[in-house]
Amino acid sequence: MMTVAIVAILVTMVLALIRTFLGPTEYDRMLAANSFGTKTVLLVALGGHALDWHSFLDVALLYAMVNFVGTIAVMRFFEYRDAPDDSEKPESAA
Amino acid sequence: MNVMLSWLSDAFLLVGGFLCITGGVGLLRMPDFFSRVHASGVTESLAAPLLLFGLLLQMDWSLDSIKVLMILAFVLATNPTATHAMAKATLHGGQRPLVADEHDEPAGEASSKP
Repeated sequence: MMTVAIVAILVTMVLALIRTFLGPTEYDRMLAANSFGTKTVLLVALGGHALDWHSFLDVALLYAMVNFVGTIAVMRFFEYRDAPDDSEKPESAA
Repeated sequence: MNVMLSWLSDAFLLVGGFLCITGGVGLLRMPDFFSRVHASGVTESLAAPLLLFGLLLQMDWSLDSIKVLMILAFVLATNPTATHAMAKATLHGGQRPLVADEHDEPAGEASSKP
């Protein structure tokens, strides 16, 4: 059953990659990339256990953290890239 | 007891894998960004804990189990946060969700009420 779960994760990663290449806006691409990263964490955790790797869970935990920070950073860049005169900005800061 | 745990782990892994594929298909097939966020974010928040819990039941109790629990807690905390940040950034970026037209709305409500 571990094999079934790993194959399901791999299929989902392929679907997310198709959306990453296909996505009409940059937000779609970033959403698919974030989904791909989460699936990578699961793949490292399950595959490491199945293949009997050493300290694979540290890798998975670190990848989860890097994935989260990267997503937040890129999304903040998209949000505040070109608008110092954005009318919604003072409201959200207050 | 051991057989029960094995069956339980298999069930968790199977349901988690199914939800995983469901999220991927929703990510690929949904019409606009906000429905894609919904499909991906909602299924991911359930598929990742199910898969990790299925993995946890197959391992012996050791320090690695604590690490799996840490990954589980981290994914559960950060996945909705990232989804929320993406939806907020998209909304501030000028995109609006696809909704029905104004004159379509009363008919939809009337047909859904009875």
